[in-house]
Amino acid sequence: MMRFTTLMKHPADWMVGKGVDNAIVLTSRIRLARNLAELPFPGWAKKQQRRDALEILLPAVEGLSVMKKGFSKELDSLTSLQKQVMVERHLISREHAARGEGSAAVIERRQSVGIMLNEEDHLRMQSIRPGLDLRTAYETLSAVDDEVADRVEYAFDPELGYLTTCPTNLGTGMRASAMLHLPALVLSDQIGQVLQAVNKIGLAVRGIFGEGSESLGNLFQISNQSTLGESEQTILERLERVISQVAKHERDAREKLLEDDPDMVCDKIGRAYGLLKHAWIIPSKEALTHLSLLRLGGDLGFFAEEIVSACDTLLMEIQPAHLQMHNGAKLGPEERDTIRAEIVRSRLQTLEAPDISSIEENQEGDDTPDLGIS
Amino acid sequence: MDCDKCGKPAKVHLTQLVGGQVKKIALCNECAGESGVTDPTGFALADMLLGPTSPSAGKGKAPVVSNPVVAGPACPTCGFTLNDLKRVRRFGCGDCYKAFRSEVSQMLRGMHKGTVHSGKVPDGLMEMQQRKMRLEELREKLESAIGSENYEDAAALRDEILGLEGEISGMEGKS
Repeated sequence: MMRFTTLMKHPADWMVGKGVDNAIVLTSRIRLARNLAELPFPGWAKKQQRRDALEILLPAVEGLSVMKKGFSKELDSLTSLQKQVMVERHLISREHAARGEGSAAVIERRQSVGIMLNEEDHLRMQSIRPGLDLRTAYETLSAVDDEVADRVEYAFDPELGYLTTCPTNLGTGMRASAMLHLPALVLSDQIGQVLQAVNKIGLAVRGIFGEGSESLGNLFQISNQSTLGESEQTILERLERVISQVAKHERDAREKLLEDDPDMVCDKIGRAYGLLKHAWIIPSKEALTHLSLLRLGGDLGFFAEEIVSACDTLLMEIQPAHLQMHNGAKLGPEERDTIRAEIVRSRLQTLEAPDISSIEENQEGDDTPDLGIS
Repeated sequence: MDCDKCGKPAKVHLTQLVGGQVKKIALCNECAGESGVTDPTGFALADMLLGPTSPSAGKGKAPVVSNPVVAGPACPTCGFTLNDLKRVRRFGCGDCYKAFRSEVSQMLRGMHKGTVHSGKVPDGLMEMQQRKMRLEELREKLESAIGSENYEDAAALRDEILGLEGEISGMEGKS
């Protein structure tokens, strides 16, 4: 079985996203909740029953074809830092990290499939893919689900579907979501309207970083709320349709921003570039804000295309547990800000100043004033 | 705003969703501390403080109704009680959904697009379900055949039932 350090050494497949359009929709994720028929759900189970469930599930899941040479650990054998790093990488949930004894995580080598054992439900399986591709993510995970179902007996009711600890997951037990980068909709003040419309159709929207309505880094997650009464296909089709519409709005907003206010766009991206390349102390919020703009710049042709995935890697690496792991020792908040700046600087070392020639080309013949950057 | 418990100036303001209804509570620091409001695991706080029925009980007067410590009906499989369900809005095991059927349908109202599952069914389970339903049907027919002394039909039905039972136990043995 794979070791923790090996797992951490390689970025996840979905993070690299080679050859996939992930400029606006970063990732697609499917989660299925399943439970064993014969044992109480993890939250109500006694310690011994949780162990019993694990004894049934662990061999069943480790033996899956997709988990060959994968990672498998009981959570109480990991340090709290290791668990937190896994949370920051979306490999396990925060709730799962908080559970110790009787819980385990089994992760596919390339981190595209992960299974949490004894989370809120006996099984929480996820599949992640780069770009907008919920259907493939579902098909992958559904095949894994079939294989598990051959080995264990699921709690299932013909009327209520897959039985889950929380009734909000009943039926398909499926939560499908996509992570979207929407800086232009935020800059042009359209984000509220768009998100409200998405909400109205019964889909949930939340910021990835930050609390409440605040979303740092302009990253949002859109997901289904209803899991009962509609088939997986119906849910996925609607979700994909809505997400591609939001992505199209973002695309249009990017083009319109460049057309209407190129100075503002150049200024924002130029400042983000200067700040990230030269800051010595950078709080998380500031880093997220400017990395978001750098990422936008990569999509608009200001930088080489690779900057997009470099930003995505950095978003993960500048989170507290990752910083601590990088440093090898516990860090105070101020030290964190210094190390964060150091990592950002080193990653962006070879990044050249924004190239705005593409915008100037677009404006040939226009009587817009000189942008003053060369 | 004054504390809902003692009437002193309120410092802690809570908003909680209880059964789809928004309940707002204001407390002073002392009462908040006493009630364990700062404990994030505290469920159904509004119920605990104000009683389950009063959205905002009379000023200064705490509700006199003390909740009797009756756990309510329990799930025969896992012992999870109706009170547990009301407290955590989650279930103890798969059989709880049968034990608390009426509460389930109440909870599901408005929660999802529908109330009946349409979608994936675990492999093999569908066939099994169909066979079991057919078996049920045949048994009823057999009874009425016997009742009407139609022994020829009854014999045929009995053979079919035996065959189906064999199939089902064969399928169950496999999984």
